[in-house]
Amino acid sequence: MAIFARPRQALAIAGAIGLALSATACGTGSSSNGGTSDADSAECAPYETYQGHDGKTVTIYSSIRDIEADRLAQSWKQFEDCTGITVNHEGSGEFEAQLPVRVDGGNAPDLAFIPQPGLLQRFAERDQVKAASAETKAMAEANYPADWLKYSTVNGTFYGAPLGSNVKSFVWYSPKMFQEKGWTVPTTWDDMIKLSDTIADSGVKPWCAGIESGEATGWPATDWIEDVMLRTQTPEVYDQWTTHEIPFNDPRVAEALNRAGTILKNDKYVNGGFGGVRSIATTSFQEAGVPITAGNCALHRQASFYANQWPEGTRVAEDGDVFAFYFPAIDPAKGKPVLGGGEFVAAFNDRPEVQAVQTYLASGEHANSRAKIGDWVSANNKVDLANVANPIDKLSVEILQDDSSVFRFDGSDLMPAAVGAGTFWKGMVEWINGGDTASVLQGIESSWK
Amino acid sequence: MNFDFADQTPKLMMLLWGLIAFAVVVGGLLMLLDAVPAFFARRREARFVAASASGAPPRRRAKPREGLFALFFLLPTVLLLMIGLVVPALRTTLLSFMDGSSQNFVGLDNYRWMFADDAIVRVLLNTLVWVTLVPLAASCMGLLYAVLVDKVRLEAVAKSLIFMPMAISFVGASIIWKFVYAFRSQEQEQIGLLNQIMVSLGGEPRQWLLDSPLNTLLLLVIMVWIQAGFAMVVLSAAIKAIPADIIEAARLDGVSPWQMFRQITLPSIRPALIVVVVTISIATLKVFDIVRTTTNGNYDTSVIANEMYNQAFRYGQNGQGSALAVFLFVLVVPIVIFQIRNIRQQRREA
Repeated sequence: MAIFARPRQALAIAGAIGLALSATACGTGSSSNGGTSDADSAECAPYETYQGHDGKTVTIYSSIRDIEADRLAQSWKQFEDCTGITVNHEGSGEFEAQLPVRVDGGNAPDLAFIPQPGLLQRFAERDQVKAASAETKAMAEANYPADWLKYSTVNGTFYGAPLGSNVKSFVWYSPKMFQEKGWTVPTTWDDMIKLSDTIADSGVKPWCAGIESGEATGWPATDWIEDVMLRTQTPEVYDQWTTHEIPFNDPRVAEALNRAGTILKNDKYVNGGFGGVRSIATTSFQEAGVPITAGNCALHRQASFYANQWPEGTRVAEDGDVFAFYFPAIDPAKGKPVLGGGEFVAAFNDRPEVQAVQTYLASGEHANSRAKIGDWVSANNKVDLANVANPIDKLSVEILQDDSSVFRFDGSDLMPAAVGAGTFWKGMVEWINGGDTASVLQGIESSWK
Repeated sequence: MNFDFADQTPKLMMLLWGLIAFAVVVGGLLMLLDAVPAFFARRREARFVAASASGAPPRRRAKPREGLFALFFLLPTVLLLMIGLVVPALRTTLLSFMDGSSQNFVGLDNYRWMFADDAIVRVLLNTLVWVTLVPLAASCMGLLYAVLVDKVRLEAVAKSLIFMPMAISFVGASIIWKFVYAFRSQEQEQIGLLNQIMVSLGGEPRQWLLDSPLNTLLLLVIMVWIQAGFAMVVLSAAIKAIPADIIEAARLDGVSPWQMFRQITLPSIRPALIVVVVTISIATLKVFDIVRTTTNGNYDTSVIANEMYNQAFRYGQNGQGSALAVFLFVLVVPIVIFQIRNIRQQRREA
């Protein structure tokens, strides 16, 4: 069938489209960078070591999106202006699944912010990620606690510095409600259980919890277990657990699960406004804490980043609508265990400009530049507390910089993805849904090869 | 949040570029497909004219050029099939005999794992449930509906009502049904249709998607909801194509409606019915979106395609993921062979 009755007419149409095309190409092709700072000016002095890559582009891939991504881009604006390096950041909600696809497919980004040391390890073992340069290593060693550097070191090779961090050992509560009812912030586990009983007796479900998170459903429960594990066992046992030196169904892990279960699987304690224990499985972690603002529950264990989840107009402050206290230790004499997470800047290319960006991201300049923009925490010890406005972020930075706190990285992120992002998550969902501790742990253990 | 067009300019420009590129590529292709045969046709015509003018019979020399002509159309298809289908299929098969990092051969370990791991056996069983129930239920409902609305008043409206879910993407449909099954505790106002009905009848709201095997059946309803429209449209067309004289003859013989259905309608639409069942079966084997959107495979609802994605892309177990993919392929093959044989048979009869 002839689509165009007259071929010549068709030719004319195609020609016109082609012309229009090339015209628009000229129109948009020249993007100008108007606000370039003078590379020799005083404000560019800190960036002198990174100069000499004018006109180069570095691509970054991460799971950071929307407003946080904009803030991130803002944090390296000055760096871009002073060095002439263009940093292209792309955030994706499917980061964890897409990064391996891109790397295997030969389309790796220059840099990636990887929140799972387990994933980083997988790239390292397949020689897909580049070792960090000597400058990056020196910068990271000067700015980050040795604990943190361990997570991005595989078989003695250092692959990149941490960037943002979060502290997970927090319990959110309403200072207003606590004051009205005369409750006090607990400082030990036993106090916390006593407080929960008091609240339950007053007719309010003390705890709110939710572990639904789309494809990642189950992770908030793994955080619970890890936090309890750090409190019932020594950090050494925790390390053995995350590296599979002890089996996943070790009695000590079962003990942690059962202890967490005294809260999570206790119908008297959960789940404020959402229903029974099993409603935890279908409540999204974002919504889970919100009933605190309505007085339907009093406590919600969730990380520092939960500060962004409160409904608009909620004041986060020590005397405000909501605030968080440190998830108490069982025996405070044994120190202050802290569970946390964060992302690591790994490089898939070793071009000099990529290394320059990688080094800069480990520096105190960048950490402070990002901290000033707000809602951000880092373990970088160059972060000036004066630059951290949000009270929870301030508390987090204090905890991270506190020498007495024993920091441990999120265990599920350290484990191989098949366990840490697979059977552990699924196992927790099953456990909340009524599965018994022993068979759930056995199932996870059998998947770890 | 405000939507600022100025902020979105780069994205909108990109969109514009995409549209232009699409128009140029598709337009160009269409033109090529239009111009090339027309060119050959004109040449042939000229040859015929020349031949008839000279009075000699047309020469039969055109064969090789016709072959070349066919190759011209065949080549892109073959090339694209190789790149998009054959090579990946071979590679996936190869990967299914290798370990998670695709570096070492492990033989049949991945296949052994598939049938030894309780969780995966569960996945295979779920897929079996899906592939037996969905084509059956969707075809039956489609057939029933097609027969019932045939030649009634407002037939077109009634049919479009059932066909409409077809237009919704699987993810969209899953989200709609997720709301139908949504749960709120008894004290709160229900937002889920099903639980609201329960409450109105004096019952307690339930968490529908948490209990196996009920949850798999509830997910299956979504697929049936989507596919029944397709079955109905195809079967309705087949029913309308039954020659009027056959129906008339049957009427004159005084058949009951049931006899009419059993002895006239059903045998007449048998080929269409087979096409419908086969098509829905293949679609059901590949079901992924519904499970991923509603439960993400939790609570024992996972199916092969979902598990394959998880293993290969999320857990980094390429070998196990590939083994599941190969197994899925093996399951589809007999259905496809059956379908091809069926079509051939029909051609022979025709």
